[in-house]
Parts: sequence; C-alpha cells; structure tokens
Amino acid sequence: MKKLNGIRLNHRKNTENSPTVNAPVPEKVRIPMLMNMGAACLPLVKVGDEVKVGQKIGDSDVPFSVPVHSGVSGRVISICKYRTAVGTLCDIVEIETDGLQTPCESVKPPVITDKESLVRAVRESGLCGLGGAGFPTHIKLNAKNPIDTLVINGAECEPYITSDYREMIESADDVIGGIRLIMKNLGIRSAKLAIEANKPDAIRKFTDMTNNDDSIDVVELPPLYPQGAEKVIIYNSTGRIVGEGELPADKGVIVINISTVGFIHRYSQTGMPLVSRRLTIDGNAVREPKNVRAVVGTPFRELLEFCNADIDSIIKLIGGGPMMGMSVPDIDMPVIKTSNALLAINRFDMRKPSACIRCGRCVKACPVNLMPAEIDKAYRIRDIEDLKSLKVMLCMNCGSCTYVCPANRNLAETNQLAKALIPRN
Amino acid sequence: MNKLIVTPSPHDENYTKTTTIMLNVIIALLPTLAAGVWYFGPRAISVTAVTVASCILFEWGCRILMKRENTITDLSAVVTGVILAMNLPVTLPYWMAVIGAFVAIVVVKQLFGGLGQNFANPAVTARIVLMVSFPAAMTNWIAPKAEYDAVSSATPLALGEGAELPSYAELFFGNTGGCLGETCALALLIGGLYLAARRIISLAAPVSFIGSLAALSVIAGEDPLYQILAGGVFLGAFFMATDYATTPITTKGKIVFGLGCGVITFVIRNFGSYPEGVSFSILLMNILTPYIEQLTRTKPLGAKEAVKNEG
Repeated sequence: MKKLNGIRLNHRKNTENSPTVNAPVPEKVRIPMLMNMGAACLPLVKVGDEVKVGQKIGDSDVPFSVPVHSGVSGRVISICKYRTAVGTLCDIVEIETDGLQTPCESVKPPVITDKESLVRAVRESGLCGLGGAGFPTHIKLNAKNPIDTLVINGAECEPYITSDYREMIESADDVIGGIRLIMKNLGIRSAKLAIEANKPDAIRKFTDMTNNDDSIDVVELPPLYPQGAEKVIIYNSTGRIVGEGELPADKGVIVINISTVGFIHRYSQTGMPLVSRRLTIDGNAVREPKNVRAVVGTPFRELLEFCNADIDSIIKLIGGGPMMGMSVPDIDMPVIKTSNALLAINRFDMRKPSACIRCGRCVKACPVNLMPAEIDKAYRIRDIEDLKSLKVMLCMNCGSCTYVCPANRNLAETNQLAKALIPRN
Repeated sequence: MNKLIVTPSPHDENYTKTTTIMLNVIIALLPTLAAGVWYFGPRAISVTAVTVASCILFEWGCRILMKRENTITDLSAVVTGVILAMNLPVTLPYWMAVIGAFVAIVVVKQLFGGLGQNFANPAVTARIVLMVSFPAAMTNWIAPKAEYDAVSSATPLALGEGAELPSYAELFFGNTGGCLGETCALALLIGGLYLAARRIISLAAPVSFIGSLAALSVIAGEDPLYQILAGGVFLGAFFMATDYATTPITTKGKIVFGLGCGVITFVIRNFGSYPEGVSFSILLMNILTPYIEQLTRTKPLGAKEAVKNEG
C-alpha cells in the first residue's frame, strides 16, 4: 500500500497530562443557534423565559440541522443576531444564569433499539462532530449505503490539542460503549479505532480493552500531519480510497470522532444533551494551560481568565489547532459545540509572500498528492480548465502546503479561492 | 478591548525559508571553492568575488529599474554568482566574468521575471554565452598547482589520442585541468550529499544523469568512470540539474530530466564538435522542462481520471 505524504510537526501537547477541570459557570452565556455544519435553528424561547439545564432552546425543520440546548438554568435576557466564525448570520440567545444549574425534567435516557431510534436520539441530543468540522452526526449514522466499517478518529493530529486524548484516557469506557452501541444498532461488523502514534498510552489502553473483541481493531497511525483528515484516516485504517465527489459511506465507511462517540454513550445513559464540552486552552499567552469542560455559550474571555492568561498581551486567538483552526475575531465570542481548543497567541508575524522558487515542498507535503504550486499558477491566470485537471476540489485545506512553503505563499488559501472559481454542476 | 489579528489557517509555519535554502547551497559550494583555491590558486577567490559582487549589483539594479521589491537579501543572486564562478576557468579576465554575470542575472533571470520564473539555468546559459563569445579565454586551462599562467593544460576530455590520461584519483580529487569548480568530484559530491541530507535537493536528477551517462559509456565501450569523473558532470548534476526553477517539480520529472542530460552529454561528447556537453545538455533539458512537467504531474488520491492539461 502506497504511503501518503505527511509533514512532521512539533506536537506541543503541553496539556496531555492535564486532567479535565470544570470551568466555572459564567454569569451569562450566549448560545448561537448555529454551531454545526448545516442549517441554523430558530429559538424556541423568548426573552423573559426561564430555562433549565438540558432544555431545548432552538430547533429547525430542516433535516440537515441539529437542535440547540441550554447548558445553564436561568432567564433569557436577549435574543439578537450573531455572525458566526464562518460568517453566517443566525440568532443568538443570551441567558442570565441563576447559579442553581437545575436540570430540566425532559432529560431522561433515550430508548435505543434500532438504527431509526439511534438516529433520532442522536439528533435530539444536539450532537454534531466534536472534532472541529461539526458535521451533524445523525446524518452520518443515517447513511443510505450499507456500512461495514466504523472508523473512530482518535488521530488528534493538530499541535497543542489534547481534548480527544483526555477523552480516551478519562472516558475510555464511554468510547468503547459508544462504538458497540453504534455497531449493534447499525449492524456494522468491524470498527477501526485509529490513534496517532504520539499517544502510546491511549493505544495501549484500548488495545488491552479490546483484546478479546475481534470486531474492534486499534490502528496505530504514523505521527504525520494530517492523520485526522477523513480521507487520510480512511485510507490508513482500511486501505479504501474515497474518490472525487464521493462520501465515505459510498465506500462502506463512516468516520466518527472519538469524543463524539464517547458522548453518544454518555447520552444513551443519562439523556443529557450536548450542553458542555472539553476544550484545550493553550498558547504562549496562557500561563496555566488546561483542559477545561465548559458550558456551551461561555465567553472565551472567561476561560482565558480561568487559565490565568495574560489577556492584554493576546494579539491572536485561534479556535481549534494552529493548522486548521480559525482566527477568533473577538475575545468575547462564545464556546460552541465544535470548539476543541482555544489558543491565545502573543507573538505573530504576518506572512510576507515572495516569489515561488518551485522547490516542490508543497507537492511533497500534500497528503492527497495535489500540486499546490501549479494550482497557484493556474489560479493567478484564472485558468479554470487547468484548475479542474489539477483536481483542486480534492483539497481539504489541511494547510500543509502553506506551512512548508519557504516563500511564505498562502497556498492553502489560494486553493480555497480557486475552488470558488470552479462552477458546480 | 483587544484588537485581534485575523488570518486564514494555518497559523504556524516552517522555519525553512527561501534565504535558508540559498544559504545552504552556498555552504554546499564551499568545499568546491576551497578545492578551486587549492588547485588553481587565490585567483579562484577573486574570480568568485567578482561574479558574486556583479550578480548582486545587477540584481539590485534590475529590481530598481523595474520598480520591484528588492530581492538581493534572498541570496539567490549570490548562489548564481558562486555557481557561475565554478563554471569559469581561473584565468578568465574579470571583465568577461562580469559579462557572464550580466547574462545570468539580467538576461536570463530578471528579464523573465526574476527568481523562480527563469526558464533556463542562469549560470549554465552564462557559461555557454561566454564559451561561444570568448572560446580561447574560456578554454585557457592551467595545470593544477601551477604558477598563474605558467603552464597551460587541457581538460581531460580534450586530450587527444595517445595523450597521457589523468588517473581516477587525480580526477576524483580534482588534480587536473578544468573550470575552477568542476575538477574536484569529491568536493562536489560532499556538497551534493550535504544538500540531499538537508533535504534541499533530491538526488533523483543527479543519479539519473550520472547513471545514464555511465550506462551509455559502457554500451559504447568507453570507460564509464572516466566519463563521469572528467569534465563538468558532477558540478552539473548536483548543482545545476537540481536547480528548482528550471527543472521539473515531481520526482518522476526529475528522473526524466536527469536521463535527458545524460543522453545529450553522451551524444555531444561523442558526436559533437565540443569536447564537453554538460552545459548544453542542461540548457536543452531546461527548455524541455515545461513539457516534462505536463507529462509528469502527480495523480491525486481519489482522482477520477488521469490528470492532463490540454492548455
């Protein structure tokens, strides 16, 4: 089997041995009605309403959407418009907390007996992929094609982030429980639990736990970025290639993040929807890097204060990892369902692109064998036919090409701009 | 209220920059320069100083005339200057060396858009221009370790029938006539392997270049070791057939490039009117590079049909 390209990064997993601590419940939370890939919800509450922990406060009729729940008990004090990090406009519900954290009466374990009830329960839990992209999990589970392999993504290939690793160490039983729950109800015979080689403790732990279970294989991924990319992890754990325009389900595979699968098991036990999550707080402006469990809607500023960050020195905030994470434009933006990390940076040099020297480092770095230097050239002259034949649509924006470019060219960004030139058929 | 910087991902970068790469090439050329001084005397240094200084000056002047950002700090002009000097006889008058630098930087590099845009290798083209313009001065070899201008010598490839050929050791260590940076195969090998170890160059083109030349020599009943050690093969293979801008990007393309260089060198040496063909082979393959590129594109993972471009 041909090995895919990858790049070596400094892992900087400073928080891998930091057990998860609960961040204090803030006085106010702001919960956006859109936190996942898909359609935004409409608020089910109005200003002045009392809400409890786990109460559904937003939903939508669109199938490609997931409901939103409150992680606090308190009173709705405002509902206004909010622009998400990806630029979409949605409603945002602001709740003043009462500090009691009274659970909602509706919170009770779901009855899961088959695929349909699993899919319904997962949607009701408000779950979307916790790894960062936020794809609605119930859509994945409801694949039309027959699925024979479940790939659990435990790569966590981005530097700094250890929130998935802490899930593996602290909630290994939930991970295995979630895998079995999905396999049973979807009739999947084989699961691949794929973990990057830089997490030997997790690999050992799951290997021991699945010793007498032939249906779950622990796969050790090479310590090369980006192992967590969907196509890469499918190829490296099953040998299957997901082609252009195909979904993993077309190849009989679904990929679910390891924290996501752990959550599914906890939800099946408690019925508490996705109202809080673990995230890694790190970066050179943070004096005490931590893994924190924060209520969805908590302002980033409060988490940074909780981790004793030097707030005034922060010049850049990244939601997610340094390779694929997004710049956070405002320190008071809230934690959302897909926030797996928050990096606060106090030193940053803007890239000054210079001429391409055609060294080919981008070509050697690309995990899917694209030629970013050639795409860059074709993009500059708007050669759409050549962009098509260079298969720019296969770029998943992992950022490896930009990272390695000695001329500081923004190759990954150019790929995304080039994609926009290609008409969709 | 913090003003936060917003940029697209990735937010981190590698430390290897264009300048780092150029600096490494300069370091890799130092053993060769040292060998040049050892065999041909201190004038090797002054010739190199003249080409480097004039390359920097031409680059700086061009950028100012063209109202472009100045690029002399990327050290690419220095690299061109050093490689050009390695391609000159130590006896070459300085003003001719300056003309070489002019051809390399102004004509070949900057007129075509500067770093990364030139289609031909600047040093190779300059060597060829000087060779056809000043054939006598460009082949005025002196014997190694001789007093300046004392004894003229011939390059091993120009030695006629019956002449006493230098030994393998003399060729390998550079104790023979030739351009100031092409005789010492050992120093060039050290530099090339250093660049490969630092992952600055790929050995694909040098190996296929030297390998194909050796193979053809065997077929033709010549001494393959003599053919690859004599003349400018090592200098060409490690430092000019690996130039980023003028050779293919993919490994497959680099192999094709090296094969082409080997074949053309063999043909010129055996059937051409020049005793040496390395420079011409590289220049001709430079011209073919865009076509090689088109035919050796990578196949992306999961791409439906083979990638081709009709453009």
